[in-house]
Order: sequence, then C-alpha cells, then structure tokens
Amino acid sequence: MDINLEHVGTRLTVTVAGRLNTGTAPEFEEKLIPALKGVEELIIDFADLDYISSAGLRIVLTSQKIMNRQGTMVIRNVKPEIYEVFEMTGFVDFLTIQ
Amino acid sequence: MNLTIEARIENVEEVISFVNDQLKGMGCTLRAKTQIDIALDELFSNICRYAYGEGIGHATISVEEVPEENAVRITLEDSGIPFNPLSHEDPDVTLDLHERTIGGLGIFMVKKTMTDVNYEYKDGVNTLTVLKTI
Repeated sequence: MDINLEHVGTRLTVTVAGRLNTGTAPEFEEKLIPALKGVEELIIDFADLDYISSAGLRIVLTSQKIMNRQGTMVIRNVKPEIYEVFEMTGFVDFLTIQ
Repeated sequence: MNLTIEARIENVEEVISFVNDQLKGMGCTLRAKTQIDIALDELFSNICRYAYGEGIGHATISVEEVPEENAVRITLEDSGIPFNPLSHEDPDVTLDLHERTIGGLGIFMVKKTMTDVNYEYKDGVNTLTVLKTI
C-alpha cells in the first residue's frame, strides 16, 4: 500500500494505492489521523485502491466523524468494487462520494 | 491444497496470496476475487484476534474448486476457543454517522458477498467454510 499526503493551506489531499486491509490499515491510520489537525477540506482519492476491508472502513468512519466537526470530506475516484462495499455497509448514506 | 500458518495479523497477506494462487486458472472474475480477498481478510484477522486469546496458534486454510457449481470452497480452521462469528446479530447499516461503529461489519460483508458461509465446531476445531460462485 502507498499513501501520499499533500497539504495546501487547510486542504489535505490523500491518495491511497493498493489494499486497505487489516495488515495495512494501522499505517494508514497513523499517517492520516494526526495529519487532519487544522484541515478544513479533506479529499481522499481512491483511484488506485484495489479493495477495502472493515479495517479500512473504520478509518474512513473515524475521518468522517472528525471532518464533520471541522470541515468537509469528499472521496474521489471510487472504483465499482469499492463503491459496492460502501453501498453494502450503508456508508454511502453519510459519505460524499464524487 | 492447504496452508498452515501462525494466526498473526502480519500473515494476512500471505493467506490472501496463497488463495489467489489457487484461484488462478479457475476462471475467477475480478469481482469475485476482490470479494474473496476481503472475506479472507475479515475471517483470518478474526482468528488472529480472538481464537487464541493472548497466545499464538495456527490456522489452516484450504481451497477446493467446485466445478459443478462454478464455485470455490475455502475452509479456515483453527483450534482456538469455540467461536461462531456468524452467530452475532448483523449491524444496523442504516444508522446515522454519529451512531455508527464498525463492530460486526466485517462478518456482515462476508455474509453478504459469499454464496454460502457455514460454521462448525468439532473435536476442538473451529471450521468456517465459505462457498463462492466465481
């Protein structure tokens, strides 16, 4: 899994490539959550994400809860396989997917 | 073919690779393969977290083609404490964001995406069998 964070002012763009699963989720969480401090606009780009398991969903949920308090969060370039997971778990109801 | 491996989170990738290698040549769709990968992640990590308490034990994963059903049967066995992950109530996936937690979501996804999931405890062994149309 590759994670890239790009800060521009209060906007943070995060790209994640590969598998977001039990093995890789801790690294994603350690990088993402502290980086949200002061962020008002969070963009998560999942263009190169192959799949997400519940361990990854937990971090998406945590991020959304944090961003609801301090700004906005959008998820971009979601592949059909990933969208299906968001749909199945009801995450589509509270995520902003573009 | 089967793989016996220590039930540790770090080994989840090896379990997925092992199963993916078996799936090659079975004509498995990318969608089915992705769903199987997610299911393995959920089921194997469950064994790692709960089967052996603080200790370390092993899990055995086996893969068998079921040509007459155009499916694959994947079995996960551990000799840890008896635990049926299917017995838990499904999470409410309609709750608002602030009420949502992640508990039970992994097994819920496995139940939703796999064609059939069965649990059995016999002779000290937890056996979870997944059938997936490929």
